Amino acid sequence: MGIKNYVHFEFQSLPENVSFARACVGAFASQLDCTLDDIEEVKLVVSEAVSNSIIHGYQNKTNQKIEITVTIHENHALEMVIKDYGIGIEDIDQAIQANYSSDASRMGLGFTFMQSFTDEMEVLSKPGQGTSVRLKRSFLKETEAFA
Amino acid sequence: MDIELKMIRNTLIIRLQGEFDLVNAENIRSLIDEKMQEKQINNLILNLNKVSFVDSSGLGVILGRYKKVKAKNGQMYIVGAQPVVKKILTLSGINKLIPLFSNEREVLKV
Repeated sequence: MGIKNYVHFEFQSLPENVSFARACVGAFASQLDCTLDDIEEVKLVVSEAVSNSIIHGYQNKTNQKIEITVTIHENHALEMVIKDYGIGIEDIDQAIQANYSSDASRMGLGFTFMQSFTDEMEVLSKPGQGTSVRLKRSFLKETEAFA
Repeated sequence: MDIELKMIRNTLIIRLQGEFDLVNAENIRSLIDEKMQEKQINNLILNLNKVSFVDSSGLGVILGRYKKVKAKNGQMYIVGAQPVVKKILTLSGINKLIPLFSNEREVLKV
């Protein structure tokens, strides 16, 4: 399917930039025919993915790089890829489980929220080779679905 | 994030303003923990009326404070959560541990 629009940006792994990443993706996504609630959900999943990269991928090191690519497809789907070059995930199935976290002080709900608010989630990661989280959500209106 | 603190007897009221995410989580965590140790605080009221966003970093701080309050046999309450924040609190199940109220006055009656 064709790509209608895309944006690619990268930023430093600073906690301050989580809010910035949310705002960027939220602003871009607002080109779609969606509600404010939808945008809030998109911002939340971005927040979770970027926070994961900082906390887990980079173990809170602030001089690393995070990349985000957001694509709006012709069929009104929004696809986001959040990528880091951090330590990677050894066991993806375990990492995705609700309430699992490698850090005892955290809730382990990042991936759960990402799955709840998107239609597709794909996590590509290998130890030492970084992590790429692809999230896709359709904003197709019902009337268009039957056209 | 702006933080306002108020003490009523052995209850600490924390009023937050802004976005409750990774960058603020650590500060808020240490501030509350410090106050809880300094003063005789058993109960916490977390006022989220002016909080426009919360993610799992914010939730982690909330849950962590809940555990500390429980360890002191105290109570914790959340007040004034906006719909977008309330949705996340409910999805995470935190509302089953920490009751949600509309405003501080309602909680202080309890």
